[in-house]
Amino acid sequence: MSTLHTINKSPFDRNSLGSCLRVISDSDAILLIEDGIYAATSGTIFSDVVKAAVQSHSVYVLGPDLSARGMKEDGIVEGVNVVDYEGFVDLVTEYDKTNSWL
Amino acid sequence: MKFGIQINEGPYTHEASTTALNFVSAAIEAGHEIFRVFFYHDGVNNGTRYTTPPQDDRNIVNAWSELAEKHDIDLVVCVAAAQRRGIVDEGEQERNGKDGNNIAPGFRISGLGQLIEAGIQSDRLVVFGD
Repeated sequence: MSTLHTINKSPFDRNSLGSCLRVISDSDAILLIEDGIYAATSGTIFSDVVKAAVQSHSVYVLGPDLSARGMKEDGIVEGVNVVDYEGFVDLVTEYDKTNSWL
Repeated sequence: MKFGIQINEGPYTHEASTTALNFVSAAIEAGHEIFRVFFYHDGVNNGTRYTTPPQDDRNIVNAWSELAEKHDIDLVVCVAAAQRRGIVDEGEQERNGKDGNNIAPGFRISGLGQLIEAGIQSDRLVVFGD
């Protein structure tokens, strides 16, 4: 049973990414949306956390939410995959269930 | 695939309603079915037709109504959450002796059973919120 974890809050605001990473299973993936995309930006104190996460899990970020915040795709942590809404829908179908860390 | 959608956040709080609208549109575009959108907690504020944002801002309530009409989507507002926040349809107006109602087109007020049913009947339940 695989789970797609969506995270919609910045790691500078809440610890939902940290909470997620503590309990995530091997077969699960993470999708960063809304303010959650800030976790994917390189050069922050959370970059190493995400760098470690991409070694063991697929980590995705919602492209439209990156550009809505003026963030560029080349400014994100290596190994994080950018998806659009079509990709978001595909990820939901690909994993057995979706867990939103609200 | 059949999707159930739950929305826990008001239309202008952060971004959840907009994300959900985009997700629902993309899912329909990809040929999936939206079994139901259930508005819970502050999410019930998506369902009042008295919402009047500035003309150059997104009208999220209208966007739901239009999407529902175009694709025949069931938009359900939680009754207990709605009563607390003053979201009223004709039936609730009569039942609670109110002087008017404000439910937006395409929305209906019902109970939590509708969320449970969406969870059972849908292949995936996706929650958007704060």
